[in-house]
Amino acid sequence: MVLPTPLKHVETADHLNKIISENENVMVCCGRMGPMCIPVYGIMEELQEEYKHVDFRDMLFDSPEAHIIRNLPECSSFMGLPFTVYYKNGKVVAATSSIQNRDQITSILDKEFGK
Amino acid sequence: METVHYDSIIIGAGPAGLTAGIYLSRAKAKTLILDSGVAGGQMILTHEIANYPGIESISGYALSNNMRTQTKKFGCDMLSGVSITQIDFESELKSLSLSNGKSFSADTIILATGGRSRTLGVTGEANYKGRGISYCATCDGDFFQDKEIAVVGGGNTALEEAVSLTKYASKVTLIHQFDHFQGFKHAEDEARSNEKIQIKLNSRIVSFNGDDKLNSIKVENLLTHEQYDIELDGVFIFIGYEANTDFLQGRCIHLNERQEIVTDEKLQTNIRGVFAAGDALAKRYRQITTAVSDGTIAALNAMEYINQRKPKEAAHS
Repeated sequence: MVLPTPLKHVETADHLNKIISENENVMVCCGRMGPMCIPVYGIMEELQEEYKHVDFRDMLFDSPEAHIIRNLPECSSFMGLPFTVYYKNGKVVAATSSIQNRDQITSILDKEFGK
Repeated sequence: METVHYDSIIIGAGPAGLTAGIYLSRAKAKTLILDSGVAGGQMILTHEIANYPGIESISGYALSNNMRTQTKKFGCDMLSGVSITQIDFESELKSLSLSNGKSFSADTIILATGGRSRTLGVTGEANYKGRGISYCATCDGDFFQDKEIAVVGGGNTALEEAVSLTKYASKVTLIHQFDHFQGFKHAEDEARSNEKIQIKLNSRIVSFNGDDKLNSIKVENLLTHEQYDIELDGVFIFIGYEANTDFLQGRCIHLNERQEIVTDEKLQTNIRGVFAAGDALAKRYRQITTAVSDGTIAALNAMEYINQRKPKEAAHS
């Protein structure tokens, strides 16, 4: 089960582990096709050209495999979709809950992954 | 940096801006659409659209993508995620600059900046967004199973979402600043008859409090000015929309008391060559269909304005 977006998807927990072990910089947006999530997918789609050193992915929040995001300690206080997690060298370096605008996303990308 | 000239620059890529882009580009006007977010505007936030003529049912996401593709197909340039830092709309030749240093000029401007959900703007609201504060019951309702929450607002959305959230929450406190609701009577009756809903009129939230999550709000009774705390896990805010006209405030464009753009029947503002369309307009009904209509009217009048200027420009050259 994957989201119907043009982004690359994370399909399983093992798949995410493989992605973060093979890529230095990874951003994963875990959500649904809802009003708070879709704008974030749209921003990620547009940032792909500009941030070629970042692997942009989405993951379906309702997939049982999404426990790998839902149960992160960094997401323990989150009560709003989407859960967006930034990994550097396999470790979580930032996480946000609910809708974010382009400036909020690029400020994290620039700080954690560089321009 | 070089200033790039267009026949028309459209600010905003919602249904009004994209429609204007389609009409102008198809008429061979060199057109640029600028947007601070992504194409689609508030349309992209709509789960299902069932009242757009000719399309039985479509998601807002899909309709946005269709409109964007169609606009680009006619040769319209688009820049998303941009921030405007300087404008000069009063001169005959309009100009603007972006935060990335790019500068543009145009014969006409179409303001299609749309609207956004209104926020309360009180202490703690930004900190607890996604950690207890939500603006979407459909998205986040299930995080509040058997928890106590509040809903803020007095219109149809607040009343209907308060009832909807009782599917999850053990208790819903409905907080509204006035002494009566603005929604339809049937929506109010349904909220009032729901045993899980407690209503607090003449009240407002003063602050949101907690640690890593929201755990209480301070509420003020607007009649007695008494303040008290309510312990809860979540607050859903539905207090309407406001026009995205912040960057126009204090400038030459005429706005009404709600900061909406005032136009004539041609959708031209008080500045010649500056038109407006969509939800940022001072008007009663805000639908995708009305935004599309506005975009069409503004584009056709902008095209007429461009054509009237061209012979004059040619005579001067």
